[in-house]
Amino acid sequence: MAEAAGPGLGYEECVRPHLDYLYGVALRLCGNRTAAEDLLQDALLRAFRAFRSLRDREHPRRWLTRVLTSAFYDRVRMELNDALHRSVEEDFDLFDKIAEEDPFPYSDRVHLDFLELFDDARILEVLQGLAPQHRVAVILAYVYGFTAREIGEFTGRPVGTVLSWLHRGRKQLERELWEHAVSHHLIDRGAVGR
Amino acid sequence: MISCREAVARLWAYLDRNLERLQEQELEEHLGLCRHCCGELEFARHVRALLQRPGAAVELPTETRAKLEDFIRQLGGGA
Ligand SMILES: [Zn+2]
Repeated sequence: MAEAAGPGLGYEECVRPHLDYLYGVALRLCGNRTAAEDLLQDALLRAFRAFRSLRDREHPRRWLTRVLTSAFYDRVRMELNDALHRSVEEDFDLFDKIAEEDPFPYSDRVHLDFLELFDDARILEVLQGLAPQHRVAVILAYVYGFTAREIGEFTGRPVGTVLSWLHRGRKQLERELWEHAVSHHLIDRGAVGR
Repeated sequence: MISCREAVARLWAYLDRNLERLQEQELEEHLGLCRHCCGELEFARHVRALLQRPGAAVELPTETRAKLEDFIRQLGGGA
C-alpha cells in the first residue's frame, strides 16, 4: 500500500511516452489504422489491469510490447491453426528471382530498383500477407530488434519455434514482395510467362 | 566450405548476430570468396531497411492520440 505512493511511475506516466511507438507496432501488425487503434486500446486496458503486479518497471517499453503482442496473438489465434498448415515455399529466393526475371533490363542496380517500387503503404500491405505468427516474429525482430528469445517470451513459445517463424516469415516475405509487384503491375514481366 | 544454399540460409541470422561463432566463421569464409552471396547479403540488408521504413505511415494521428490519452487518463485516474 505504501509502495503505491513511492517513487515509481504511475500507470499514466509509464504508458504515455510510448504511445507513438506502440501505435507503430500495432499498425504494422494490423495493416490499417482502425484495427491498430482497436488493438492498442485493448493492450492499454490489459496493461492497466496488469500494472499493479508489474515488477519490471525499468523497462516499460519491453513490457508494453509484450502486452501488445499477446493481445494481438489472442486475436489471431483462430487464424493461427490455419496458417500453420499453409505451406511456405522454402526454396523461393527473391534475390535470384529478380536476377533471373530481370524486370529492369537497362539498370545496373536491378535489385535496388525492385525494392524502390515499395512505398510505405505497400510495405504495410505486404506484411499483411504473412501468416500472423510469422508477421509477429519478422516485425519484432527486424523492425524493432527484439531477440528470438524475447519474442518467445512475448508469445509463450520456445525459441526454436520463433527461429522457425523467422525463417519461414522471411521466405514468405520474399514471395509476397515479388507477388505484390507482379499483381500490381509494378514490373513489366514482358514475354516471361508466370 | 559451406554451400551457397547454406550461406544464404544464414544471412539474416548473421545480420542479427544470432549465429554461433563457428557458423559465423564459416559464413564469413564463404562471403570472402563468393560474390553471389555478398550480393545476397547486401540485398538482405536493404530488405530489412525497407521493413523499418514506414515512418510517415505510422505517425499517431492527432485525433487518435487525444482519444488514447483520454482513455489512459480515465484508467489511471479511476484507481
Ligand atoms: Zn555463395
